[in-house]
Amino acid sequence: MNQHSSSPLLKTTLVWKLDDDVSTDVIYPGRYMATVLPTETPQYAFADLPDLNKKLASGEFPRGSALVAGKNFGCGSSREQAASTLKGYDLAVIARGFARIFLQNAINLGLRTIVCPDIEASVGDQLEISADRVVNTTTGKSFPITPLPKSRQSIIDAGGLIAYTRQRVVAANR
Amino acid sequence: MAMTIAEKILARASGRSTVAAGDVVEPRVDLAMSHENGALVINQFREIYAGTGIEARVWDPSKIAIIFDHRVPAESAKTATNQKRIREFVAQQGITKFHDIRADQGGICHQILPESGYVLPGSVVVGTDSHTTTHGALGAFAFGIGATEMASVWALGVALNIEVPETIKVIVKGTMPEFVAPKDLILHLIGCLSSEGANFKVFEFHGEAIRNMPTSGRLTLSNMAVEAGATAGIVPADSETGRYLREVAGYKGEIDLVQPDADAKYAQVVEIDCSQLTYQIACPHTVDNVKTIEMVEGTKVDQIVVGSCTNGRADDLAVAASILRGRRIADGVRMLVFPASWRIYRESMKRGVLEDLVNAGAIIMNPGCGCCLGVHQGALGDGEVALSTTNRNFLGRMGNPRAQVYLCSPAVAAASALTGCISRPPKGLTRHESAFQFPAPENDACVEAG
Repeated sequence: MNQHSSSPLLKTTLVWKLDDDVSTDVIYPGRYMATVLPTETPQYAFADLPDLNKKLASGEFPRGSALVAGKNFGCGSSREQAASTLKGYDLAVIARGFARIFLQNAINLGLRTIVCPDIEASVGDQLEISADRVVNTTTGKSFPITPLPKSRQSIIDAGGLIAYTRQRVVAANR
Repeated sequence: MAMTIAEKILARASGRSTVAAGDVVEPRVDLAMSHENGALVINQFREIYAGTGIEARVWDPSKIAIIFDHRVPAESAKTATNQKRIREFVAQQGITKFHDIRADQGGICHQILPESGYVLPGSVVVGTDSHTTTHGALGAFAFGIGATEMASVWALGVALNIEVPETIKVIVKGTMPEFVAPKDLILHLIGCLSSEGANFKVFEFHGEAIRNMPTSGRLTLSNMAVEAGATAGIVPADSETGRYLREVAGYKGEIDLVQPDADAKYAQVVEIDCSQLTYQIACPHTVDNVKTIEMVEGTKVDQIVVGSCTNGRADDLAVAASILRGRRIADGVRMLVFPASWRIYRESMKRGVLEDLVNAGAIIMNPGCGCCLGVHQGALGDGEVALSTTNRNFLGRMGNPRAQVYLCSPAVAAASALTGCISRPPKGLTRHESAFQFPAPENDACVEAG
């Protein structure tokens, strides 16, 4: 990945901004937790923020759109639906910081998460995400990315935790 | 090399002589806990084996615990069906540490594990619940993981690719004033450090106030460690841990009181003098929005909640009962009590604690989590305010984004139930005094929440 660090991996548009400390209760309210299938969870994304929920559910935001959040995104409950509900819209989540369990769940499920402590952007800005920075092409500013935990790289490389564990199970049964 | 308790436990579980913060390890798991979200874990577990031709068997059925607590008894056909699927899986795999919806074995997972003797000092515990940090109170390295991660644990028996975390040493000195509780201490710490102040780090609790604290209070501290972002919150095991495991949990095997090294390296040291501590309230809508009680005293409340995995233990209920005994909760207030387990329910019933609470007007609920996270009973109406001994107050937490949740200790919750607004427990009341007359404030002393 390093040799391509200057070329953008994703060109996207910022469609929504969120504050600090957005909890998994806000991302995916507890009352929908009996719903577990990744095919069914997206309808409840941000159910208590009705404007955002409607825009996602109606398809107003193209797949691959970006959310930008503040620090500690995904704090609280370990519910994996909070990651699968966003993965269902193929969103890229750029945040000043993530809570540990959410970040781990996101990586395990292949939800794009970008730790960008200094990110400055407004709704509608065009963003280019590469391995080491986010460039806001609307404002011309560039912001460094903090690498994801090194412990997770092999899981990312395998295409998610299910695939990674499957490789391990198969290897152990050879 | 000197190690923190987290480093020591992870080194041992990974078969290494030493590890240091930042190392990547694969600790073997001693206990893997799930609740109703086991339904999702089962899906992911089967997905791992799909197309491999290998039979999907868990690595060790004696090391998996499944406790129904989030929606008990089931509130919907969907939940009931998930619970049924889990029961079938438990039978098929031979999982032994299964606690169904029954008054002779059930309760909230974070109470069932300790009281059943499933958690030992020095062990590695994972749970598909963020409050799995609770079990650090017994000197274990216990942390929350997602469902897919748990499926991986079920398959392999190790926690994959864990980065050894740095540790924040918390030293608590002094003696707590009457009625100031472990809940006040942990809320104070979270308020000081912020909701992400310990993100990716571990708390290690020390000091005379911790040594003098019963396991029930330590469970409250470790339970809420995650609200500062901590991966784990560990109280190094001592004679009190041994007493709890023998006398309460009935554990008969060997107990190894694993300790950190004296010269271990800490990322940060926090010292708190708890003799200066007063009642703490976490205000809407983040747990780190902590204020001392005088800043919110008099705020009108509609629902009081005492209980949960944070504060549903026998002494929590007894403190509330000692304040409510012989009195009635204020008109217009409803009070819900959730014992943390059916064992605590039965013991509190026998001691007359539940009778005191019911006579005061409180409702005794099933041991369970449903109210705290807004999925099963105890929902709030638009514009309503709850004062709760639970651990989270995020927007929408008790089932309504147009309501507000404040967090406090059992003593503050009970005192506030009597007045109908946030109130401090009466001065001079000892915990066993029954004839105390609580001075009810004037009705106009209550103010609407902002």
